[in-house]
Amino acid sequence: MAKTLYDKVWQAHIIDQIGEDSLIYIDRHLIHEVTSPQAFAGLNEKGRKVRRPDRTVGTMDHSISTRSLAIDACGPANALQLQTLAKNCEEHGIQLFPVGHQKQGIVHVMGPELGLIQPGMTVVCGDSHTATHGAFGALAFGIGTSQVEHVLATQTLKQSRAKSMLINVNGKLPVGITAKDIILAIIGKIGHAGATGHVIEYAGEAIRDLSMEERMTVCNMSIEAGAKAGLVAPDEKTFAYLEGREYAPKGQDWEDAVAYWKTLYTEEGATFDTVVELEAADIAPQVTWGTNPGQVIGVNTPVPAPEDFSDPIEKESAVKALEYMGLKPGEKLADVAVNHVFIGSCTNGRIEDMRAAAQIAKRGKVADSVTAIVVPGSGNVKRQAEAEGLDKIFIDAGFEWRLPGCSMCLGMNDDKLVAGDRCASTSNRNFEGRQGRGARTHLVSPAMAAAAAITGRFADVRDYQE
Amino acid sequence: MSEQGFTQHTGIAAPLDQANVDTDQIIPKQFLTGVTRAGYGKHLFHDWRYLDLEEKEPNPAFALNKPEHKGASILLARENFGCGSSREHAPWALADFGFKTVIATSFADIFYGNCINNQLVPVALSSEQMDALFAAVKANPATQITVDLPAQTVSAGDESFTFDIAEHHKTNLIKGLDAIGQTLELTNKIETFESNQPTWL
Repeated sequence: MAKTLYDKVWQAHIIDQIGEDSLIYIDRHLIHEVTSPQAFAGLNEKGRKVRRPDRTVGTMDHSISTRSLAIDACGPANALQLQTLAKNCEEHGIQLFPVGHQKQGIVHVMGPELGLIQPGMTVVCGDSHTATHGAFGALAFGIGTSQVEHVLATQTLKQSRAKSMLINVNGKLPVGITAKDIILAIIGKIGHAGATGHVIEYAGEAIRDLSMEERMTVCNMSIEAGAKAGLVAPDEKTFAYLEGREYAPKGQDWEDAVAYWKTLYTEEGATFDTVVELEAADIAPQVTWGTNPGQVIGVNTPVPAPEDFSDPIEKESAVKALEYMGLKPGEKLADVAVNHVFIGSCTNGRIEDMRAAAQIAKRGKVADSVTAIVVPGSGNVKRQAEAEGLDKIFIDAGFEWRLPGCSMCLGMNDDKLVAGDRCASTSNRNFEGRQGRGARTHLVSPAMAAAAAITGRFADVRDYQE
Repeated sequence: MSEQGFTQHTGIAAPLDQANVDTDQIIPKQFLTGVTRAGYGKHLFHDWRYLDLEEKEPNPAFALNKPEHKGASILLARENFGCGSSREHAPWALADFGFKTVIATSFADIFYGNCINNQLVPVALSSEQMDALFAAVKANPATQITVDLPAQTVSAGDESFTFDIAEHHKTNLIKGLDAIGQTLELTNKIETFESNQPTWL
């Protein structure tokens, strides 16, 4: 029977069958300070060892300051969490990239950057945006802390096979439309829980045309559609991205690896449980209007009314969301003022995102009413951006240029908003209170965020195209 | 992780009648800086439960604060409960608050798995069945609801519903097994698998 990409990666990792579950091997385990301390404590209580410290890599990202390299810059609780990670990594022989290290960064930015993620791998992390790594054709998914402990101790997980979903984005992407717009449009179409229980494979011309970083942006938000993971079949772009990176195979291993990676695609005739089709030409720059990522519209579409939804749950959610967001049905986004802009996160904190935002930033100045911050996703992104002079463009335009970390995506540090603030954000969640209690988050692409910073309102980035 | 099993539980319920309750609502980020599994219950649903940041002023309109739901050990919810992040702090907070089970129309995948690993029993019922439970609690907040895991039933008054749960999840919840200990018994198979992996990994 013809196999999907998911079938191939899944089957290659089954160690044993335990009832309805499979025991699968985990090739790469990424850890960070927030979801690992209790897992190490559990190991230590039972006197258990980390089975494969060589397959485990740690970084500091969630709880750190973006203004200071001091470990205690965000208070004693954050400091203890960071110190605990450092201690655990040292005791168990795990490579850690701490604050201030050139290779430190948001786990889903620094991992691929170092070549730690390769096609056909199984990758886990105690973080739901682990789906990012599916861009390489790796089966990558977020896990809870009990599972982090299980992987540390055994390098395996018990899993049941997910359902499969194929999402085809057909045709060429129009000018000014980005990977962020693609994934927001997908979530808008299938809904915030539309892919629950599924592993998505993204395919079609518009996906094939994306760079590796753009594919990461798409796969990153698979979880926002409820999916377990998102995959893109590896191709020449994938191999070119990986070649020469620190942890990528070298010499004969490289040749052997590429030969294997070339077998990782969905075969003709393979079937999926669900198939979704989108036309790239129909996608406009996306802006979320509500409090879940499925509540999203094109920038020129009026804010919907609850009556526009036939489903009673969606209708009720819309009532609550409009109230929280302080928006009225029919309102134009071009009339909605923002007072904060956040550019960064594991969704949009990579060098191409910095370039896209800088392209717009150089056209003007941040509006007086707006505070705008740019947070590179890693030390390497920061260095590269500075080498290209992007930091200067941002600073000259009135943006703050910060140190790498998760920052205002979730505000575990001091980068957070207060009630009533309205933020154009390149992050991944617009939940109530996500960026600060009572604060309002609108998810957009980096270019759209930069345009919002300059105009002080939502603006159609296509008006800025040369 | 817990080694105590769950078989049956009877208690009163707190109704949280809305869809898409996300993990940022269950336990907001400012409470994720701990390094232990304990003490998250007091921050459960912080933004909705308290009018102030210091947690001194309970919001009287929020279900968990209503006197008639005091002592609730069962949470009723709707579609896509627990969506969002993988933070296991969410089930830790629910369990620490005193919930033994969450009955909802559907759950987000990672949250569901995290519940299983923490002996917090996730029960999925149809929206009509959830309507009936919400109505029963509304009519009489003292309604005793029983979740019987071996029988896979939820009963309240004269009503009784069956629910689906994967056999291995059910077994783990009932027996409270040490999942890591079980897997470590398969170390030989893990070693064999590793010895067959390509050299570049």
